[in-house]
Amino acid sequence: MNELLLTVGLILLQSVAFVVALLIVVAYLLWFDRKVWAAVQMRRGPNVVGPWGLFQSFADLIKFALKEQVIPDGANKGIFVIAPLVTAILALAAWAVVPVDDGWAIADINVGILYLFALSSLGVYGVIMGGWASNSKYPFLSALRSAAQMVSYEVSIGFVIVTVLLCAGSLNLTEIVRSQQTGLGTMLGLPNSFLDWYLLPLLPMFVIFFVSALAETNRPPFDLVEAESELVAGFMVEYSSTGYLLFMLGEYVAIVLMCAMTTILFLGGWLPIIDIPVLNWVPGVIWFLLKVIFVFFMFAMVKAIVPRYRYDQLMRLGWKVFLPISLFWVALTAGVLVAFGWAP
Amino acid sequence: MVAGLFFYLFSAVAVASAVMVISARNPVHSVLFLILCFFNAAGLFILMGAEFLAMILVVVYVGAVAVLFLFVVMMLDVDFVELRQGMLNYLPVGVTIGLIVLVELALVVGSWAVDPGLVKTASPTPSDITNTEALGRVLYTDFIFYFQAAGLVLLVAMIGAIVLTLRHKEGVKRQNIGDQVARGPATAIEVVKVKPGQGI
Repeated sequence: MNELLLTVGLILLQSVAFVVALLIVVAYLLWFDRKVWAAVQMRRGPNVVGPWGLFQSFADLIKFALKEQVIPDGANKGIFVIAPLVTAILALAAWAVVPVDDGWAIADINVGILYLFALSSLGVYGVIMGGWASNSKYPFLSALRSAAQMVSYEVSIGFVIVTVLLCAGSLNLTEIVRSQQTGLGTMLGLPNSFLDWYLLPLLPMFVIFFVSALAETNRPPFDLVEAESELVAGFMVEYSSTGYLLFMLGEYVAIVLMCAMTTILFLGGWLPIIDIPVLNWVPGVIWFLLKVIFVFFMFAMVKAIVPRYRYDQLMRLGWKVFLPISLFWVALTAGVLVAFGWAP
Repeated sequence: MVAGLFFYLFSAVAVASAVMVISARNPVHSVLFLILCFFNAAGLFILMGAEFLAMILVVVYVGAVAVLFLFVVMMLDVDFVELRQGMLNYLPVGVTIGLIVLVELALVVGSWAVDPGLVKTASPTPSDITNTEALGRVLYTDFIFYFQAAGLVLLVAMIGAIVLTLRHKEGVKRQNIGDQVARGPATAIEVVKVKPGQGI
Protein backbone atom coordinates (compact mmCIF):
# COMPACT_ATOMS: atom_id res chain seq x y z
CA MET A 1 0.00 0.00 0.00
CA ASN A 2 2.81 2.39 0.93
CA GLU A 3 4.65 1.52 -2.26
CA LEU A 4 1.51 2.23 -4.26
CA LEU A 5 1.08 5.64 -2.62
CA LEU A 6 4.73 6.38 -3.31
CA THR A 7 4.37 5.53 -7.01
CA VAL A 8 1.18 7.56 -7.39
CA GLY A 9 2.75 10.48 -5.50
CA LEU A 10 5.85 10.36 -7.68
CA ILE A 11 3.83 10.37 -10.90
CA LEU A 12 1.73 13.23 -9.54
CA LEU A 13 4.85 15.25 -8.67
CA GLN A 14 6.40 14.56 -12.08
CA SER A 15 3.21 15.61 -13.84
CA VAL A 16 2.89 18.85 -11.87
CA ALA A 17 6.55 19.73 -12.44
CA PHE A 18 6.22 18.93 -16.16
CA VAL A 19 3.03 20.97 -16.60
CA VAL A 20 4.57 23.98 -14.83
CA ALA A 21 7.70 23.79 -16.99
CA LEU A 22 5.56 23.32 -20.11
CA LEU A 23 3.34 26.31 -19.31
CA ILE A 24 6.37 28.55 -18.74
CA VAL A 25 7.82 27.42 -22.08
CA VAL A 26 4.46 28.07 -23.74
CA ALA A 27 4.25 31.54 -22.16
CA TYR A 28 7.60 32.47 -23.67
CA LEU A 29 6.81 30.86 -27.01
CA LEU A 30 3.66 33.03 -27.13
CA TRP A 31 5.85 36.08 -26.57
CA PHE A 32 8.31 34.76 -29.19
CA ASP A 33 5.43 34.26 -31.65
CA ARG A 34 4.33 37.87 -31.25
CA LYS A 35 7.91 39.14 -31.52
CA VAL A 36 8.53 37.22 -34.76
CA TRP A 37 5.24 38.39 -36.17
CA ALA A 38 6.08 41.97 -35.23
CA ALA A 39 9.60 41.74 -36.66
CA VAL A 40 8.23 40.59 -40.04
CA GLN A 41 5.92 43.60 -40.11
CA MET A 42 8.72 45.90 -38.89
CA ARG A 43 7.03 46.64 -35.56
CA ARG A 44 8.48 46.27 -32.08
CA GLY A 45 5.94 43.82 -30.68
CA PRO A 46 5.36 43.52 -26.92
CA ASN A 47 8.08 45.63 -25.25
CA VAL A 48 6.52 47.36 -22.24
CA VAL A 49 6.01 44.75 -19.49
CA GLY A 50 9.46 43.81 -18.17
CA PRO A 51 12.73 44.01 -20.12
CA TRP A 52 12.01 43.46 -23.87
CA GLY A 53 8.40 42.71 -22.89
CA LEU A 54 9.44 39.39 -21.36
CA PHE A 55 6.60 39.39 -18.80
CA GLN A 56 3.88 40.21 -21.35
CA SER A 57 2.36 36.71 -21.30
CA PHE A 58 2.06 36.76 -17.50
CA ALA A 59 0.44 40.19 -17.59
CA ASP A 60 -2.06 38.79 -20.13
CA LEU A 61 -2.70 35.82 -17.86
CA ILE A 62 -3.53 38.06 -14.91
CA LYS A 63 -5.72 40.26 -17.09
CA PHE A 64 -7.75 37.31 -18.43
CA ALA A 65 -8.10 35.63 -15.05
CA LEU A 66 -9.35 38.80 -13.33
CA LYS A 67 -11.92 39.83 -15.94
CA GLU A 68 -15.61 39.11 -15.58
CA GLN A 69 -16.83 35.81 -17.00
CA VAL A 70 -19.85 36.39 -19.24
CA ILE A 71 -22.11 33.49 -20.13
CA PRO A 72 -24.68 34.43 -22.80
CA ASP A 73 -28.36 33.96 -21.92
CA GLY A 74 -29.16 31.66 -24.84
CA ALA A 75 -26.05 29.51 -24.37
CA ASN A 76 -26.20 25.86 -23.38
CA LYS A 77 -24.48 26.52 -20.04
CA GLY A 78 -23.00 23.12 -19.19
CA ILE A 79 -21.37 22.55 -22.57
CA PHE A 80 -20.41 26.23 -22.84
CA VAL A 81 -18.35 25.94 -19.66
CA ILE A 82 -16.93 22.47 -20.42
CA ALA A 83 -15.71 23.30 -23.98
CA PRO A 84 -12.63 25.40 -23.04
CA LEU A 85 -11.75 22.87 -20.35
CA VAL A 86 -11.88 20.06 -22.93
CA THR A 87 -9.52 21.96 -25.24
CA ALA A 88 -6.99 22.77 -22.52
CA ILE A 89 -7.07 19.39 -20.74
CA LEU A 90 -6.77 17.32 -23.92
CA ALA A 91 -3.83 19.42 -25.12
CA LEU A 92 -2.04 19.07 -21.78
CA ALA A 93 -2.83 15.35 -21.35
CA ALA A 94 -1.14 14.50 -24.63
CA TRP A 95 2.23 15.59 -23.20
CA ALA A 96 2.25 12.63 -20.79
CA VAL A 97 3.93 10.41 -23.39
CA VAL A 98 6.35 12.89 -24.98
CA PRO A 99 9.98 11.89 -24.29
CA VAL A 100 11.97 15.12 -23.88
CA ASP A 101 15.18 13.13 -23.28
CA ASP A 102 16.16 9.44 -23.30
CA GLY A 103 13.79 7.92 -20.75
CA TRP A 104 12.36 11.29 -19.68
CA ALA A 105 8.71 10.58 -20.40
CA ILE A 106 6.08 10.48 -17.66
CA ALA A 107 4.44 7.45 -19.29
CA ASP A 108 6.62 5.56 -21.76
CA ILE A 109 3.77 3.49 -23.24
CA ASN A 110 4.00 1.01 -26.12
CA VAL A 111 1.51 2.82 -28.34
CA GLY A 112 2.77 6.35 -27.62
CA ILE A 113 2.41 7.70 -31.15
CA LEU A 114 -1.18 6.40 -31.41
CA TYR A 115 -1.98 8.09 -28.10
CA LEU A 116 -0.65 11.39 -29.43
CA PHE A 117 -2.57 10.95 -32.68
CA ALA A 118 -5.77 10.11 -30.78
CA LEU A 119 -5.57 13.08 -28.42
CA SER A 120 -4.61 15.57 -31.12
CA SER A 121 -7.59 14.42 -33.18
CA LEU A 122 -9.87 15.09 -30.19
CA GLY A 123 -8.90 18.76 -30.20
CA VAL A 124 -11.81 19.34 -32.57
CA TYR A 125 -14.34 18.67 -29.79
CA GLY A 126 -13.47 21.83 -27.87
CA VAL A 127 -14.14 23.85 -31.00
CA ILE A 128 -17.38 22.05 -31.93
CA MET A 129 -18.78 22.13 -28.40
CA GLY A 130 -17.85 25.77 -27.87
CA GLY A 131 -19.26 26.77 -31.23
CA TRP A 132 -22.53 24.94 -30.78
CA ALA A 133 -23.11 25.83 -27.13
CA SER A 134 -22.67 29.56 -27.78
CA ASN A 135 -25.99 29.50 -29.67
CA SER A 136 -24.87 32.22 -32.03
CA LYS A 137 -24.37 32.40 -35.80
CA TYR A 138 -20.63 32.87 -36.22
CA PRO A 139 -19.50 30.35 -33.61
CA PHE A 140 -21.84 27.78 -35.17
CA LEU A 141 -20.46 28.32 -38.67
CA SER A 142 -16.98 28.03 -37.23
CA ALA A 143 -17.86 24.74 -35.52
CA LEU A 144 -19.10 23.31 -38.82
CA ARG A 145 -15.94 24.41 -40.61
CA SER A 146 -13.62 22.99 -37.98
CA ALA A 147 -15.38 19.61 -37.99
CA ALA A 148 -14.74 19.22 -41.72
CA GLN A 149 -11.25 20.72 -41.68
CA MET A 150 -9.76 18.78 -38.81
CA VAL A 151 -11.16 15.43 -39.93
CA SER A 152 -9.71 15.96 -43.43
CA TYR A 153 -6.18 16.72 -42.32
CA GLU A 154 -6.07 13.94 -39.73
CA VAL A 155 -6.12 11.47 -42.62
CA SER A 156 -2.85 12.69 -44.12
CA ILE A 157 -1.25 13.04 -40.65
CA GLY A 158 -2.19 9.39 -40.07
CA PHE A 159 -0.45 8.30 -43.27
CA VAL A 160 2.68 10.32 -42.46
CA ILE A 161 2.82 8.61 -39.07
CA VAL A 162 2.43 5.21 -40.75
CA THR A 163 5.42 5.96 -43.00
CA VAL A 164 7.62 6.85 -40.04
CA LEU A 165 6.41 3.75 -38.19
CA LEU A 166 7.40 1.57 -41.15
CA CYS A 167 10.96 2.92 -40.90
CA ALA A 168 11.16 2.82 -37.10
CA GLY A 169 9.39 -0.51 -36.55
CA SER A 170 7.85 0.60 -33.25
CA LEU A 171 4.95 2.68 -31.93
CA ASN A 172 6.95 3.71 -28.88
CA LEU A 173 8.13 7.33 -29.11
CA THR A 174 11.45 6.64 -27.40
CA GLU A 175 12.15 3.80 -29.86
CA ILE A 176 11.24 6.03 -32.81
CA VAL A 177 13.87 8.58 -31.72
CA ARG A 178 16.47 5.87 -30.99
CA SER A 179 15.97 4.37 -34.46
CA GLN A 180 17.12 7.73 -35.88
CA GLN A 181 20.59 7.25 -34.42
CA THR A 182 21.54 5.23 -37.47
CA GLY A 183 20.42 5.83 -41.03
CA LEU A 184 21.59 7.42 -44.28
CA GLY A 185 24.69 9.03 -42.71
CA THR A 186 25.96 5.94 -40.91
CA MET A 187 25.44 3.89 -44.08
CA LEU A 188 27.98 6.20 -45.75
CA GLY A 189 30.40 5.65 -42.86
CA LEU A 190 29.87 9.08 -41.24
CA PRO A 191 29.41 9.48 -37.47
CA ASN A 192 25.86 9.74 -36.07
CA SER A 193 24.50 13.06 -37.26
CA PHE A 194 21.47 14.88 -38.62
CA LEU A 195 21.83 12.89 -41.85
CA ASP A 196 20.42 9.89 -39.98
CA TRP A 197 17.17 11.58 -39.04
CA TYR A 198 14.01 10.83 -40.99
CA LEU A 199 14.02 14.42 -42.23
CA LEU A 200 16.12 13.61 -45.32
CA PRO A 201 14.79 10.24 -46.54
CA LEU A 202 11.18 11.25 -45.83
CA LEU A 203 11.41 14.92 -46.83
CA PRO A 204 8.08 15.05 -48.75
CA MET A 205 6.32 13.51 -45.74
CA PHE A 206 7.95 16.10 -43.49
CA VAL A 207 6.48 18.88 -45.64
CA ILE A 208 3.05 17.23 -45.66
CA PHE A 209 3.18 16.72 -41.90
CA PHE A 210 4.16 20.32 -41.29
CA VAL A 211 1.35 21.72 -43.44
CA SER A 212 -1.19 19.27 -41.99
CA ALA A 213 -0.09 20.24 -38.50
CA LEU A 214 -0.84 23.87 -39.36
CA ALA A 215 -4.31 22.85 -40.52
CA GLU A 216 -4.90 20.54 -37.56
CA THR A 217 -4.10 23.28 -35.03
CA ASN A 218 -6.04 25.98 -36.94
CA ARG A 219 -2.97 28.10 -37.50
CA PRO A 220 -2.80 30.60 -40.36
CA PRO A 221 -3.01 30.12 -43.35
CA PHE A 222 -5.67 27.55 -42.36
CA ASP A 223 -7.32 29.52 -39.54
CA LEU A 224 -10.72 29.52 -41.25
CA VAL A 225 -12.21 28.47 -37.93
CA GLU A 226 -11.46 31.87 -36.41
CA ALA A 227 -11.09 33.95 -39.57
CA GLU A 228 -11.71 37.44 -38.23
CA SER A 229 -12.69 38.95 -41.57
CA GLU A 230 -15.52 36.42 -42.02
CA LEU A 231 -16.47 35.05 -38.63
CA VAL A 232 -15.41 37.79 -36.17
CA ALA A 233 -13.47 35.35 -33.95
CA GLY A 234 -15.10 32.04 -34.87
CA PHE A 235 -15.99 29.73 -32.02
CA MET A 236 -14.48 32.11 -29.45
CA VAL A 237 -16.81 35.05 -30.14
CA GLU A 238 -18.95 34.56 -27.02
CA TYR A 239 -16.09 33.67 -24.70
CA SER A 240 -14.51 36.07 -22.26
CA SER A 241 -11.93 36.00 -19.47
CA THR A 242 -10.97 32.49 -18.25
CA GLY A 243 -12.91 30.64 -20.96
CA TYR A 244 -11.05 32.54 -23.65
CA LEU A 245 -7.79 32.08 -21.78
CA LEU A 246 -8.25 28.30 -21.68
CA PHE A 247 -9.06 28.16 -25.40
CA MET A 248 -5.98 30.25 -26.18
CA LEU A 249 -3.80 28.16 -23.85
CA GLY A 250 -5.11 24.86 -25.26
CA GLU A 251 -4.48 26.08 -28.78
CA TYR A 252 -0.89 27.06 -28.08
CA VAL A 253 -0.15 23.89 -26.08
CA ALA A 254 -1.51 21.89 -29.04
CA ILE A 255 0.72 23.86 -31.42
CA VAL A 256 3.80 23.18 -29.28
CA LEU A 257 2.72 19.53 -29.13
CA MET A 258 2.68 19.42 -32.94
CA CYS A 259 6.19 20.98 -32.91
CA ALA A 260 7.29 18.26 -30.48
CA MET A 261 5.72 15.57 -32.69
CA THR A 262 7.60 16.95 -35.71
CA THR A 263 10.79 16.92 -33.66
CA ILE A 264 10.29 13.32 -32.54
CA LEU A 265 9.20 11.95 -35.91
CA PHE A 266 11.59 13.80 -38.23
CA LEU A 267 14.23 15.78 -36.34
CA GLY A 268 15.68 13.10 -34.09
CA GLY A 269 14.12 14.18 -30.77
CA TRP A 270 16.84 14.71 -28.16
CA LEU A 271 19.73 13.60 -30.41
CA PRO A 272 22.52 16.16 -31.03
CA ILE A 273 23.01 17.53 -34.55
CA ILE A 274 26.35 15.74 -34.86
CA ASP A 275 27.43 13.17 -32.27
CA ILE A 276 30.90 14.61 -31.51
CA PRO A 277 32.34 16.00 -28.25
CA VAL A 278 31.22 19.49 -27.22
CA LEU A 279 27.93 19.00 -29.10
CA ASN A 280 27.03 15.78 -27.30
CA TRP A 281 27.89 17.26 -23.90
CA VAL A 282 24.78 19.41 -24.24
CA PRO A 283 21.92 17.64 -22.40
CA GLY A 284 19.21 16.04 -24.57
CA VAL A 285 16.49 18.27 -23.12
CA ILE A 286 18.25 21.34 -24.49
CA TRP A 287 18.49 19.78 -27.96
CA PHE A 288 14.82 18.83 -27.81
CA LEU A 289 13.84 22.35 -26.74
CA LEU A 290 16.00 23.97 -29.44
CA LYS A 291 14.41 21.81 -32.14
CA VAL A 292 10.91 22.55 -30.85
CA ILE A 293 11.71 26.28 -30.89
CA PHE A 294 13.04 25.98 -34.44
CA VAL A 295 9.84 24.27 -35.65
CA PHE A 296 7.78 26.84 -33.75
CA PHE A 297 9.74 29.61 -35.48
CA MET A 298 8.67 28.12 -38.83
CA PHE A 299 5.05 28.05 -37.59
CA ALA A 300 5.37 31.74 -36.64
CA MET A 301 6.92 32.69 -39.98
CA VAL A 302 4.14 30.93 -41.89
CA LYS A 303 1.62 32.91 -39.85
CA ALA A 304 3.41 36.12 -40.72
CA ILE A 305 3.93 35.68 -44.45
CA VAL A 306 1.23 33.42 -45.94
CA PRO A 307 -2.27 34.73 -46.76
CA ARG A 308 -5.33 32.78 -45.64
CA TYR A 309 -6.65 29.94 -47.79
CA ARG A 310 -10.19 29.89 -49.15
CA TYR A 311 -12.34 27.05 -47.83
CA ASP A 312 -12.57 25.08 -51.09
CA GLN A 313 -8.80 25.43 -51.59
CA LEU A 314 -8.28 24.01 -48.11
CA MET A 315 -10.44 20.97 -48.87
CA ARG A 316 -8.80 20.49 -52.26
CA LEU A 317 -5.33 20.55 -50.72
CA GLY A 318 -6.27 18.01 -48.06
CA TRP A 319 -8.16 15.47 -50.14
CA LYS A 320 -6.83 15.86 -53.68
CA VAL A 321 -3.15 16.64 -53.05
CA PHE A 322 -2.00 15.42 -49.65
CA LEU A 323 -4.03 12.22 -49.46
CA PRO A 324 -2.80 10.72 -52.80
CA ILE A 325 0.82 11.81 -52.19
CA SER A 326 0.95 10.40 -48.68
CA LEU A 327 -0.75 7.14 -49.77
CA PHE A 328 1.80 6.80 -52.57
CA TRP A 329 4.69 7.41 -50.16
CA VAL A 330 3.40 4.80 -47.72
CA ALA A 331 3.41 2.23 -50.53
CA LEU A 332 6.79 3.42 -51.85
CA THR A 333 8.47 3.37 -48.43
CA ALA A 334 7.11 -0.08 -47.65
CA GLY A 335 8.28 -1.32 -51.07
CA VAL A 336 11.79 0.10 -50.67
CA LEU A 337 12.14 -1.25 -47.12
CA VAL A 338 11.14 -4.75 -48.22
CA ALA A 339 13.14 -4.71 -51.48
CA PHE A 340 16.41 -3.75 -49.77
CA GLY A 341 15.78 -5.76 -46.64
CA TRP A 342 15.94 -2.66 -44.44
CA ALA A 343 12.63 -3.31 -42.71
CA PRO A 344 13.21 -3.43 -38.94
CA MET B 1 -6.69 -3.72 -6.37
CA VAL B 2 -6.14 -0.52 -8.36
CA ALA B 3 -7.11 -2.30 -11.58
CA GLY B 4 -10.32 -3.51 -9.94
CA LEU B 5 -11.13 -0.01 -8.73
CA PHE B 6 -10.61 1.41 -12.20
CA PHE B 7 -12.67 -1.40 -13.73
CA TYR B 8 -15.67 -0.45 -11.61
CA LEU B 9 -15.11 3.25 -12.28
CA PHE B 10 -14.91 2.83 -16.06
CA SER B 11 -17.80 0.38 -16.30
CA ALA B 12 -20.05 2.43 -14.01
CA VAL B 13 -19.44 5.60 -16.03
CA ALA B 14 -19.85 3.67 -19.30
CA VAL B 15 -23.22 2.22 -18.26
CA ALA B 16 -24.42 5.52 -16.81
CA SER B 17 -23.48 7.46 -19.94
CA ALA B 18 -25.06 4.77 -22.15
CA VAL B 19 -28.30 5.29 -20.23
CA MET B 20 -27.96 9.04 -20.69
CA VAL B 21 -27.50 8.57 -24.46
CA ILE B 22 -31.07 7.30 -24.77
CA SER B 23 -32.65 9.40 -22.04
CA ALA B 24 -31.10 12.83 -22.76
CA ARG B 25 -33.64 15.26 -24.26
CA ASN B 26 -31.15 17.10 -26.42
CA PRO B 27 -29.65 15.02 -29.27
CA VAL B 28 -26.30 16.86 -29.01
CA HIS B 29 -26.08 15.87 -25.34
CA SER B 30 -26.81 12.29 -26.43
CA VAL B 31 -23.86 12.30 -28.83
CA LEU B 32 -21.57 13.79 -26.17
CA PHE B 33 -22.59 11.07 -23.72
CA LEU B 34 -21.95 8.50 -26.44
CA ILE B 35 -18.40 9.88 -26.71
CA LEU B 36 -17.97 9.58 -22.95
CA CYS B 37 -19.16 5.97 -23.25
CA PHE B 38 -16.56 5.26 -25.99
CA PHE B 39 -13.86 6.73 -23.78
CA ASN B 40 -14.71 4.46 -20.89
CA ALA B 41 -14.83 1.46 -23.21
CA ALA B 42 -11.30 2.41 -24.28
CA GLY B 43 -10.33 2.50 -20.61
CA LEU B 44 -11.71 -1.02 -20.16
CA PHE B 45 -9.64 -2.20 -23.15
CA ILE B 46 -6.51 -0.78 -21.53
CA LEU B 47 -7.27 -2.64 -18.28
CA MET B 48 -7.49 -5.85 -20.32
CA GLY B 49 -4.05 -5.15 -21.81
CA ALA B 50 -5.40 -4.42 -25.30
CA GLU B 51 -3.76 -1.01 -25.60
CA PHE B 52 -3.76 -0.97 -29.41
CA LEU B 53 -7.51 -1.61 -29.60
CA ALA B 54 -8.10 1.10 -27.00
CA MET B 55 -6.21 3.71 -29.01
CA ILE B 56 -7.84 2.66 -32.28
CA LEU B 57 -11.24 2.92 -30.61
CA VAL B 58 -10.47 6.51 -29.62
CA VAL B 59 -8.95 7.44 -33.00
CA VAL B 60 -11.67 5.91 -35.17
CA TYR B 61 -14.86 6.18 -33.13
CA VAL B 62 -14.25 9.28 -31.04
CA GLY B 63 -11.92 11.12 -33.41
CA ALA B 64 -13.78 10.53 -36.66
CA VAL B 65 -17.16 8.77 -36.47
CA ALA B 66 -18.52 10.71 -33.49
CA VAL B 67 -17.37 14.00 -35.05
CA LEU B 68 -19.52 13.23 -38.09
CA PHE B 69 -22.43 12.23 -35.82
CA LEU B 70 -22.11 15.52 -33.99
CA PHE B 71 -21.81 17.34 -37.30
CA VAL B 72 -25.13 15.90 -38.51
CA VAL B 73 -26.97 16.12 -35.19
CA MET B 74 -25.95 19.76 -34.67
CA MET B 75 -27.66 20.70 -37.91
CA LEU B 76 -30.89 18.83 -37.13
CA ASP B 77 -33.77 21.14 -36.46
CA VAL B 78 -35.75 19.02 -34.03
CA ASP B 79 -38.99 20.24 -32.53
CA PHE B 80 -39.06 18.58 -29.11
CA VAL B 81 -42.72 19.41 -28.38
CA GLU B 82 -43.82 17.73 -31.60
CA LEU B 83 -41.61 14.75 -30.85
CA ARG B 84 -43.27 14.16 -27.50
CA GLN B 85 -46.82 14.49 -28.90
CA GLY B 86 -46.66 11.22 -30.80
CA MET B 87 -45.32 9.46 -27.70
CA LEU B 88 -48.64 7.91 -26.57
CA ASN B 89 -49.48 6.52 -30.03
CA TYR B 90 -46.22 4.63 -30.29
CA LEU B 91 -45.99 3.57 -26.65
CA PRO B 92 -47.93 0.23 -26.88
CA VAL B 93 -45.95 -0.98 -29.92
CA GLY B 94 -42.65 0.11 -28.38
CA VAL B 95 -43.36 -1.54 -25.06
CA THR B 96 -44.40 -4.81 -26.78
CA ILE B 97 -41.20 -4.95 -28.85
CA GLY B 98 -39.10 -4.02 -25.82
CA LEU B 99 -40.66 -6.78 -23.73
CA ILE B 100 -40.11 -9.40 -26.44
CA VAL B 101 -36.43 -8.43 -26.78
CA LEU B 102 -36.03 -8.44 -22.99
CA VAL B 103 -37.51 -11.93 -22.67
CA GLU B 104 -35.32 -13.22 -25.50
CA LEU B 105 -32.23 -11.71 -23.91
CA ALA B 106 -33.10 -13.26 -20.56
CA LEU B 107 -33.52 -16.67 -22.24
CA VAL B 108 -30.18 -16.40 -24.04
CA VAL B 109 -28.21 -15.08 -21.07
CA GLY B 110 -29.77 -17.62 -18.72
CA SER B 111 -28.59 -20.59 -20.75
CA TRP B 112 -25.22 -19.16 -21.79
CA ALA B 113 -21.81 -19.96 -20.37
CA VAL B 114 -18.33 -19.19 -21.71
CA ASP B 115 -16.48 -22.25 -22.94
CA PRO B 116 -13.68 -22.72 -20.35
CA GLY B 117 -11.20 -23.73 -23.09
CA LEU B 118 -11.84 -20.49 -24.96
CA VAL B 119 -10.92 -18.23 -22.05
CA LYS B 120 -7.42 -19.67 -21.84
CA THR B 121 -6.55 -19.36 -25.55
CA ALA B 122 -8.07 -15.91 -26.09
CA SER B 123 -5.68 -14.05 -23.84
CA PRO B 124 -5.20 -10.52 -25.19
CA THR B 125 -1.62 -10.29 -23.89
CA PRO B 126 0.78 -12.69 -25.64
CA SER B 127 3.96 -12.94 -23.62
CA ASP B 128 6.73 -12.42 -26.18
CA ILE B 129 5.34 -9.76 -28.56
CA THR B 130 3.42 -6.49 -28.17
CA ASN B 131 -0.26 -6.70 -28.94
CA THR B 132 0.12 -4.44 -31.97
CA GLU B 133 2.38 -7.10 -33.51
CA ALA B 134 0.06 -9.88 -32.42
CA LEU B 135 -2.93 -8.22 -34.10
CA GLY B 136 -0.86 -7.58 -37.22
CA ARG B 137 0.12 -11.22 -37.46
CA VAL B 138 -3.47 -12.39 -37.12
CA LEU B 139 -4.85 -9.82 -39.57
CA TYR B 140 -2.19 -9.78 -42.28
CA THR B 141 -0.78 -13.29 -42.08
CA ASP B 142 -3.42 -15.72 -40.86
CA PHE B 143 -6.55 -14.06 -42.20
CA ILE B 144 -5.21 -11.98 -45.09
CA PHE B 145 -7.95 -13.01 -47.55
CA TYR B 146 -10.79 -12.17 -45.16
CA PHE B 147 -9.07 -8.85 -44.54
CA GLN B 148 -8.83 -8.15 -48.27
CA ALA B 149 -12.46 -9.13 -48.74
CA ALA B 150 -13.52 -6.72 -46.01
CA GLY B 151 -11.50 -3.99 -47.72
CA LEU B 152 -13.23 -4.75 -51.01
CA VAL B 153 -16.66 -4.48 -49.39
CA LEU B 154 -15.73 -1.07 -48.00
CA LEU B 155 -14.41 0.03 -51.41
CA VAL B 156 -17.70 -0.97 -53.07
CA ALA B 157 -19.65 0.92 -50.39
CA MET B 158 -17.46 3.99 -50.93
CA ILE B 159 -17.87 3.95 -54.70
CA GLY B 160 -21.60 3.42 -54.27
CA ALA B 161 -21.89 6.47 -52.03
CA ILE B 162 -19.94 8.59 -54.50
CA VAL B 163 -22.01 7.41 -57.48
CA LEU B 164 -25.28 8.13 -55.63
CA THR B 165 -24.35 11.66 -54.62
CA LEU B 166 -22.09 12.96 -57.39
CA ARG B 167 -23.80 15.61 -59.53
CA HIS B 168 -22.20 17.52 -62.36
CA LYS B 169 -23.71 20.98 -62.48
CA GLU B 170 -23.51 22.86 -65.76
CA GLY B 171 -22.24 26.41 -65.82
CA VAL B 172 -20.39 26.37 -62.52
CA LYS B 173 -17.07 28.23 -62.57
CA ARG B 174 -14.31 26.13 -61.10
CA GLN B 175 -10.76 27.07 -60.19
CA ASN B 176 -8.18 25.20 -62.24
CA ILE B 177 -4.87 25.74 -60.52
CA GLY B 178 -2.87 24.29 -63.45
CA ASP B 179 -4.41 26.87 -65.81
CA GLN B 180 -3.73 29.69 -63.39
CA VAL B 181 -0.09 28.77 -62.94
CA ALA B 182 0.45 28.30 -66.68
CA ARG B 183 -0.96 31.74 -67.46
CA GLY B 184 1.73 34.23 -68.51
CA PRO B 185 1.75 37.86 -69.62
CA ALA B 186 1.30 36.75 -73.23
CA THR B 187 -2.13 35.21 -72.62
CA ALA B 188 -3.28 37.35 -69.72
CA ILE B 189 -2.53 40.89 -70.89
CA GLU B 190 -3.80 42.52 -74.03
CA VAL B 191 -2.56 45.96 -75.00
CA VAL B 192 -5.27 47.93 -76.77
CA LYS B 193 -4.97 51.34 -78.31
CA VAL B 194 -8.18 53.16 -77.47
CA LYS B 195 -9.27 55.91 -79.77
CA PRO B 196 -10.58 58.96 -77.92
CA GLY B 197 -14.37 59.10 -77.69
CA GLN B 198 -14.90 55.54 -78.99
CA GLY B 199 -14.12 53.09 -76.19
CA ILE B 200 -13.34 49.44 -76.80
